[in-house]
Amino acid sequence: MSLKLKDIVPQLITVIAVVLIFGFFTYNAQINMENRGIDFGYGFLSQESSFDVQFSLIEYDGSHSYFRAYLVGLLNTILVSVIGIIIATILGVIVGVARLSPNYLINKFAAFYVEFFRNIPLLLQIFFWYFAALRALPLPQDAEAIFGVFFLTIKGLYVPAFIWQNFSIFFYSLVAAVIAIIVIRIHAKKVQENQGKQIPVFFISLGLIFILPLLSFLIGGVKLSFEVPVLKQLATTSFIYEGGVSLPPELIALTLSLSLYTATFIAECVRAGIQGVGKGQKEAAASIGLTPNQVLKLVIMPQALRIIIPPTTNQYLNLTKNSSLAAAIAYPDLVLVFAGTALMQTGKAIEIVSITMFTYLTLSISISILMNWYNKRIAIQEK
Amino acid sequence: MFKYLKQLTSLVAMVAVLFTFTTESMAAKKSKTLKNTQKKGFVRCGVSQGLPGFSNADAAGNWTGVDVDVCRAVAAAVLGDANKVKFTPLSAKERFTALTSGEIDILSRNTTWTLSRDADIGLTFVGVNFYDGQGFMVRKSSGITSTGQFKDGISACTNIGTTTELNMRDFFNSKGIKYEPVAFEKADEVVAAYDAGRCDTYTTDKSGLAAQRTKMKNPDEHIVLPETISKEPLGPVVRQGDSVWEDIVRWSLNTMIEAEEYGITSANADMMKTSDNPAIKRLVGAEGELGAAFGLDNDWSLRIIKQVGNYGESYKRNIADTGILPDRGPNQLWTKGGILYVPPAR
Repeated sequence: MSLKLKDIVPQLITVIAVVLIFGFFTYNAQINMENRGIDFGYGFLSQESSFDVQFSLIEYDGSHSYFRAYLVGLLNTILVSVIGIIIATILGVIVGVARLSPNYLINKFAAFYVEFFRNIPLLLQIFFWYFAALRALPLPQDAEAIFGVFFLTIKGLYVPAFIWQNFSIFFYSLVAAVIAIIVIRIHAKKVQENQGKQIPVFFISLGLIFILPLLSFLIGGVKLSFEVPVLKQLATTSFIYEGGVSLPPELIALTLSLSLYTATFIAECVRAGIQGVGKGQKEAAASIGLTPNQVLKLVIMPQALRIIIPPTTNQYLNLTKNSSLAAAIAYPDLVLVFAGTALMQTGKAIEIVSITMFTYLTLSISISILMNWYNKRIAIQEK
Repeated sequence: MFKYLKQLTSLVAMVAVLFTFTTESMAAKKSKTLKNTQKKGFVRCGVSQGLPGFSNADAAGNWTGVDVDVCRAVAAAVLGDANKVKFTPLSAKERFTALTSGEIDILSRNTTWTLSRDADIGLTFVGVNFYDGQGFMVRKSSGITSTGQFKDGISACTNIGTTTELNMRDFFNSKGIKYEPVAFEKADEVVAAYDAGRCDTYTTDKSGLAAQRTKMKNPDEHIVLPETISKEPLGPVVRQGDSVWEDIVRWSLNTMIEAEEYGITSANADMMKTSDNPAIKRLVGAEGELGAAFGLDNDWSLRIIKQVGNYGESYKRNIADTGILPDRGPNQLWTKGGILYVPPAR
């Protein structure tokens, strides 16, 4: 009994101290806000925001609520994070493998890229890509068309918009293809386990994913046309492209700088992962007759991934959080729209900062949970 | 053990009584902010991150501008030295939080006086030191000479967290024009992006446009359109709840304007002590006890005029002579056709 008490008391004291400290700060903040005539509450979220946002994935203008403005900012943050993570992963894997290449030029080039981009502060890189690259881009009226339909200008990248007819049929055909591929994969695995026969799953999958949607065009009545951006004159020297989809230069600069920066760290994770697998593993796999492809896929990668995934999760989290630097170059992310403009217009600093912090926390924890689940799946299954 | 405890209790009680007594007697005369300022020996003033004519630091870190002069006037009044000011450069987004959290005591940062700011967020506006309005800047080569020529798809660069963003929406909505707002956190980046050609127009207060134009690569390539789309009375702000401090800041500004009205300048202030006009004598501290109401001595206003100058001198030095806005426009005295009109100092 006495032993138990000795264990519990210090812990209890710690908990009480933490609660008291937080309580003190909350109480203090309340008193200070009361003294200064600031009232606390989340009611403002339903009020009309009365400011516009440059770029939004959902319909929004100033007549919508502050909550809607919050969603606009959140979606823009998620957009730039997702694109950034995808590009950074692809680039990181390529560069990481390239750093192990026996080819001197490729090897050194990859090393130079990693050392250069990871050692310059991210904010500077964002400014560089935005201001330096922006100035180098042509004005809309001077832009040369790329493939006749893309226009890269100082006001953004203009790409043709897809105009679908019977889009749902196309979509269902894609879903059908994906389901078919999954079924075939399971079947192939069974066949291999029972009979030792191998089915070329990859080529069958590739065929399916092309043929089914193609059929939907030929016999399903799906039609796709493009709306090409057209130059429009606003004033003597002021032009813009109309029609199509326009990607603001802020989004491009931010995605580019985030991906290039984070890819260097992912490349190092990948290199470490591959080097972490013993040389003997590769030789042993080769000696039992596996092809080089199979060695990589069945022996090296499963072991390397266990080393790669946990530090790469950190990089994904970093990229998501770093996307808040968007405010510097006018990309309307959560920090600029909500913790910036909305905070200023309402003056609800504590409420808005708390919501923003909680949102980033939720985003980060979601990524963490997802990556931990994946990590567990590929970890050694003790039997 | 008990003996010591008793002694300790009585000691604590004595200190507590003493402390209450002193604070109460001080509070009767002085505000907490005034007391803190005098104890620290400098006025804590929030300014912009660099707006020529209003608040701008040179290479040596010396701040100048009409907004800066308001803080200098307060320092001259309460500390006797206009140079005893600590300037904190703030972005539009940070400014109110810095003031309400007590990091600064005066916010003199081309801030528009609006109902919601005055009423909502624990702030009090004490006056207007510059009457302004929002305008648009465009490239001369665009051939645009009036906002009537704006068309759908126009992109407008501006700052976040300002009334500018709201006015811009009201303006374009009322004209039925679709526009692309490109909002940056710092003014330098707005200018850089507009200058590079990212936006067709740059919109902010007209004084700001005039000041930022001087920072551009080729100032002559840009013009400010004649239309003004909003009222922007800019003035110093203090925290709510310290009415003595509020009065000191208000009357420091009013003193500068009234001094100009009576022709008192930094050069002739001492001679004005023998003036026949009682209003002038009151302003230079030769008559009346005006300072006593704030807990200041009677030379507080004389020091403002001698060390900082009157409003006209400040305007000339910072805005007119620097070529930003040579014409005073509405910021002229009411006696000379402007709208500068302050209550009498008596």
